[in-house]
Amino acid sequence: MNIAVLLKQVPSTESYIGISDDGVSVQTDNVKWVINPYDEFAVEEALRIRDAHGGAVTIVSVGTGKASEAIRTALAMGADKGILISDPAAENCDGSGVARILSTVLSSIEFDLVIAGQRAVDDDNFLMGAAVAEFLDMPHMSMVFKQEISGDRIQCHCTVDGGSAVIESPLPALFTTQRGLNEPRYVSLPGIMKAKRKSIDIKALGDIGLDADTIGRSKIKIVSVKFPPQRAACTMIQGDSDQAKAVELVKALHEQAKVL
Amino acid sequence: MSTIILAVAEQIDGVFRKVAYESLSLGRQIADEVGGSLSALVLGSEIDAIAGKLKAYGADKIIIADDPSLENYLTDVYTNVVADVVESEQPSVLVIGASTRGRDLAARLSARLNAPVAMDALQIRFDGDQLIATRPVYGGRILADVLLDGSPRIVAIRPNAVSISGSEGIGAVEMFTVNPGKTALKFVKKTLDTGKIELTEADVIVSGGRGLGGADFSALEALADLLGGTVGASRSAVDEGWRPHSDQVGQTGKTVSPALYIACGLSGAIQHLAGMSTSKIIVAINKDPEAQIFSKADYGIVGDLFEIVPLITREVIRIKG
Repeated sequence: MNIAVLLKQVPSTESYIGISDDGVSVQTDNVKWVINPYDEFAVEEALRIRDAHGGAVTIVSVGTGKASEAIRTALAMGADKGILISDPAAENCDGSGVARILSTVLSSIEFDLVIAGQRAVDDDNFLMGAAVAEFLDMPHMSMVFKQEISGDRIQCHCTVDGGSAVIESPLPALFTTQRGLNEPRYVSLPGIMKAKRKSIDIKALGDIGLDADTIGRSKIKIVSVKFPPQRAACTMIQGDSDQAKAVELVKALHEQAKVL
Repeated sequence: MSTIILAVAEQIDGVFRKVAYESLSLGRQIADEVGGSLSALVLGSEIDAIAGKLKAYGADKIIIADDPSLENYLTDVYTNVVADVVESEQPSVLVIGASTRGRDLAARLSARLNAPVAMDALQIRFDGDQLIATRPVYGGRILADVLLDGSPRIVAIRPNAVSISGSEGIGAVEMFTVNPGKTALKFVKKTLDTGKIELTEADVIVSGGRGLGGADFSALEALADLLGGTVGASRSAVDEGWRPHSDQVGQTGKTVSPALYIACGLSGAIQHLAGMSTSKIIVAINKDPEAQIFSKADYGIVGDLFEIVPLITREVIRIKG
């Protein structure tokens, strides 16, 4: 069972994200870069499937050279090898462009299963898994919190609004991760040492037969970014007793805010 | 530019989701703005009885794709059929509710149709012919205005982001000939908690954090039930195993925009604030007067939630008679 994991390096969710002077891009100068949390579930699940069924886990990523750190971390967790597409021409493409690049890489390697995060916590696009599967003409299942593989089929338990659904698919297939799927392992010191001997293939677009034109022009353009509107200062409800505070709050919600 | 706007009206087991009406309301607004017409698309099995409802939400044309293969949502067959409808209708804008399955459908369709998608859009505006959508990134800590270039422009509208406007459309019904096309996925079963209001669609959410100290959320549930709302939780409460993952609000959970969000015993970690900051009114109840949550709240009470929440419940019962 050869498994490919789509991985993105993102600012950690504790990081402060500022806005650049141009008002169009965000500042990520001082952030801590990590594996997208949903991709971390994907790496962990891939390792468990490999350990149960044999095969190899390949990490595939598009990013700047710095993204190799995130791939290295996945290798230290136990993945077998990494492929990073790093090219200035890839930096400004939209989600669909990145999906083109990833699917081109995937079509050059052998896999039975692809696992991706349900979304990246930076652009929150919920796009990559579905788009890559579409470009590879392969079925996909979203927001999977449990999976079972038997023979050449996979059954996925997926989060849906208000509950869950069980969907079955032939392999090869792609699924995206949901919290609850697993608890990603910590990187161990022996893991880090082993990862140093594993290879990360860093390639430019030209190396995989693509160029800026073939990826297609960006169909989504960010025209501005801003912080959400600030709330007025919090009204602290005062009172001599808890009872008095409760009465005062309900009155404010009823008469002032008109939400009750 | 085509002036047809197509809105997908999501239904589950013969009941329209709230986000279906929101999608139509947004579609109507766009149609009025560009001087066009609104087509609503309903997909499912044996759904012709409910489809007529959409006339009252502005649908000029109601397209019914009724087929056994559409009984349960499967990405491949739904993508095939919606792509066929897009092919025949040629809309300039496609509105889909950004529910769990709506996002999935919008993502796959966007790749199929080579069309731009604004996922989780909060609002849209036109600049001449250009459609610009505002959408949250970085878990809602930043709002991005994105211009969609291509056709159709897919707007996946976040639940609770637009208000439902009742406006009468022409309501001409058209049966669409469904061809399920090439499919691989097989539906096995689903389990829906029908008693619980979906967090992302709830008008009122009473949320608990570490301050709950255990899995007993009954005080919060009583208040939520009384207000017709539902209970949410912080990541730490979920990690402790007090609540299921599906209740988690925040950057690695659900993003919610209820009319009223009551945060109880919740410190207000940045990842949690990201998931609820678009709520209309935020109330914070916390023992610690320095808790970060107060900086994002409209109303705050410093005190013991186990004392205060039941008193609030009693007071609401009293004023509501």
